[in-house]
Amino acid sequence: MSAPAVTADLAAEHGLTPEEYAKILDLLRRAPTFEELGVFAVMWSEHCSYKSSRAWLRQLPTDGAHVIEGPGENAGAVDIGDGLAAVFKIESHNHPSFIEPFQGAATGVGGILRDVFTMGARPIASLDALRFGRLDHPRTPYLVAGVVAGIGHYGNCVGVPTVGGDLYFDQGYDHNILVNAFTCGVAPRDRLFRARAGGPGNPVIYVGARTGRDGIHGASLLASAAFDAGAAEKRPAVQVGDPFTEKLLLEACLELMGTDHIVAIQDMGAAGLTSSALEMAGRGEAGMLLELDRVPLREPGMTPYEILLSESQERMLLVVREGSEAAVEAVFRRWDLQASVIGRVTDDGTFRARWRGREVCALPVAALTQSAPLYRRPAEEPARLEQLQHFDPAEVREPADLGDALLQLLESPNLCSREWVYRQYDQLVGGNTVVRPGGDAAVVRLDGTQRALALTVDCNSRYCQLDPYLGAVLAVVEAARNLVAVGARPLAVSDCLNYGNPERPDVMWEFQQGVAGIRDACVALGTPVVSGNVSFYNETEGHSIPPTPMIAMVGLLDDVEAHLTPWWKAEGDVIVLLGRTREELGGSEYLAVVQGLVRGAPPWIDLETEKRLQRLCLAAATERLLRSAHDVAEGGLAVALSECSFGGAGLGARITLESGMRADALLFGESQSRMVVSVRRRHLGRLRDLARREDVPFTALGEVRGASLAIGDMIDLPIAQARARWRGALARRLGG
Amino acid sequence: MRWGVVTFPGSNDDRDALHVVERVLGDQAVALWHKDRDLRGVDCVILPGGFSYGDYLRCGAMAKFSPIMAAVIEHARGGGLVLGICNGFQILCEAGLLPGALVRNRSLSFVCDVVTVRVETAATPFTQGCRPGDLLSIPIKHGEGCYVAEEATLNELEARDQVVFRYVDPVGRVVAEANPNGSLRNVAGVCNAERNVLGLMPHPEHAAERLVGGEDGLTLFRSAQAWLRCEARPEREEPRVPGP
Repeated sequence: MSAPAVTADLAAEHGLTPEEYAKILDLLRRAPTFEELGVFAVMWSEHCSYKSSRAWLRQLPTDGAHVIEGPGENAGAVDIGDGLAAVFKIESHNHPSFIEPFQGAATGVGGILRDVFTMGARPIASLDALRFGRLDHPRTPYLVAGVVAGIGHYGNCVGVPTVGGDLYFDQGYDHNILVNAFTCGVAPRDRLFRARAGGPGNPVIYVGARTGRDGIHGASLLASAAFDAGAAEKRPAVQVGDPFTEKLLLEACLELMGTDHIVAIQDMGAAGLTSSALEMAGRGEAGMLLELDRVPLREPGMTPYEILLSESQERMLLVVREGSEAAVEAVFRRWDLQASVIGRVTDDGTFRARWRGREVCALPVAALTQSAPLYRRPAEEPARLEQLQHFDPAEVREPADLGDALLQLLESPNLCSREWVYRQYDQLVGGNTVVRPGGDAAVVRLDGTQRALALTVDCNSRYCQLDPYLGAVLAVVEAARNLVAVGARPLAVSDCLNYGNPERPDVMWEFQQGVAGIRDACVALGTPVVSGNVSFYNETEGHSIPPTPMIAMVGLLDDVEAHLTPWWKAEGDVIVLLGRTREELGGSEYLAVVQGLVRGAPPWIDLETEKRLQRLCLAAATERLLRSAHDVAEGGLAVALSECSFGGAGLGARITLESGMRADALLFGESQSRMVVSVRRRHLGRLRDLARREDVPFTALGEVRGASLAIGDMIDLPIAQARARWRGALARRLGG
Repeated sequence: MRWGVVTFPGSNDDRDALHVVERVLGDQAVALWHKDRDLRGVDCVILPGGFSYGDYLRCGAMAKFSPIMAAVIEHARGGGLVLGICNGFQILCEAGLLPGALVRNRSLSFVCDVVTVRVETAATPFTQGCRPGDLLSIPIKHGEGCYVAEEATLNELEARDQVVFRYVDPVGRVVAEANPNGSLRNVAGVCNAERNVLGLMPHPEHAAERLVGGEDGLTLFRSAQAWLRCEARPEREEPRVPGP
């Protein structure tokens, strides 16, 4: 079979622009081979090269005293004491999951797990941030069921607990769902592995699953272009996952990492063998020679082009010390895996691939990695925003029955219990899950220490839709507040920036605003961004998703015994609101669910005020003053108080609220920088003193009492009834 | 006491079982490899949870052919203790050491939750520290935990007091709503006729520490410890291969 002739048209079919193709001709001073064209297409795709986002991402803070590894490696790493590092990253798998929800989501989990154990870290917990269209859209239940089952299938089988996540439904995702997978691992801090090839002559070893024809051009065509009506035809570009092989690969790699044989290691993810070989060579400023005939294949007759570009899952590429081949092979054989030497590190700075005695690729590594295109695309604020942000509260009437409005919120798709989802995930394997899904953040004990990590992922895309800058700021502060609510000190961020088509000026503007928001909030809170991922082209037939900068954040508890949960602990405890409630309803869940309006400006935020609240809560948690703590978020104070009552013990609360503002704003407004806590009566004075010291408004709201939630004369709901409505809402809509 | 935990390819809760045995109980823990042929002198073998061989055939159907299983079967036939948890329970059924089989949950979905189980008999080494009727709160996490057996087998199991645990509601009633997977007669765990081999779907190793999952599962391990201590046996041979 002969390769097709390389022409400008063929380059265009590969997703390369005429300018990009001209640049390739210029760099090589000749026409590329068919294989080389494929390599350029994937390496210069938006997905692999970040060509539209790189220039802006440089603004993000990435340094800190505790940062061990910032963006650029397979995952970020921060120091967590006791000689350990937390290694973590979030990544998108949106388009594959829309086309084939089960395998798309499953392989998303597989990919992020490999990114983490590639660094030498044993994965200890995963989170999943999901966005679907309206629950009553005909395709949504199918997509939700498939994605959740896929995540469970992979994570459960590999044996990494899924301990939390984030789930919203919005019309804006009807035709483009989001599946963002996050994994955190732990490694000895002086035993982290990098993907920098070095030592000319060192063997390049391929391990794991054989290479098949699946997923060819997943990165360039699927992840780097918008959808159209023919999306289903792209199904062959979705890979198929094998979590059992991944489990063996994980254990074998970690076992090998206990030795000194490895020079560099990189998983084969997007763009497969090509990308991992080039990235290792690029980072190590080395060259590499691959013998494609030695790559283990799943089927005969595969062309060199297919071998280079396959995105078959569960594969790793290693550079090991010369002479270590037999020892490396023995470790993988013990785990019933095949390891094959498929090439060598060279010193000529060239990526060469040979097949049947012919050199099919001879490309300067720097041309592919450093000379990748960089675009500063035009950006312009869309006119629609001004109209969206305009909102006069006088337009909406307060509901006659506030208790009814609360119930309506509690069983709305975005506020009801997520149990239907997380029941399908193994939350416990590993034996360290202290706070399971359903709290503000998950808490996972660090084996053999007194410490624990707290993990959360957050983003309110309605806020981002109304104000892309503020929305991003609020995503960061909410993530940090969720960590603080469990008693953890926020350490660092991994972000997954999901946006529409960057070639559209309004989308580019949203993206720039989002990056600026993350920058400002992360600088203020001292939480650097150590890893992340950009996912563009989330649009279908011209409809772009709402801007969705997903913020995953990792925090540290020095004493796991001091962790907090949102739930009331004992009758008679005093309930306190820390922070100020403003009369604001813009962008609230209440406005959307009860009043049917997506309008207004997101809630006001002042980063200094937020920092004071977080300092106060951490100080109180450290002194063990708090019996419970819960962030006030979507649905406002009334929903927060309800959630505190849903812990299973059936404890309710008697609350008195005094205020001159409208009742719906008081109950359901989403003012930021607030926390609901409960304390023993004898600790009330001390908490008030701490609040005064940090200048945080302190309001004793009432006490934990009875089996109903009573808020003044506005609301009186039996907890059992409200909890049943809240808890069963998703199952009623999705079945099962 | 000396416990062995077998790691099959795809075992996941092997590390968790080792942790409980070694760090919570303070006993000797021996990591056994599926390719081993010798149990290295352990008193009790744990077949842990997970997805041995990916559960790609029937759950446990591949693992029963592992070299270690010949030694496990010999140990069991000789009266040695064997505890199969979740995937380990499935392997014991496939290997013929326990009656019945575990099939897909009636809901067709994987389920992770904390359930209440009732101790049906104290006459096993693993429950001798309990009283019949005791309620234990223990997590489950499985996709194929629906216990099935022929009607006659079930009757025989009941008659011989081999049903060890049943799923019940929080006040101890055997009701359909308390059954998380559709198991016949709400069976959560059974033992063999000789009572030295126990299999159960709930994970007692995930309910062995106050901080993570509570301590209700610990009673199974402590019972086995006490049983071995009290068992009047001639002086035991020292194991030839020391544990790690």
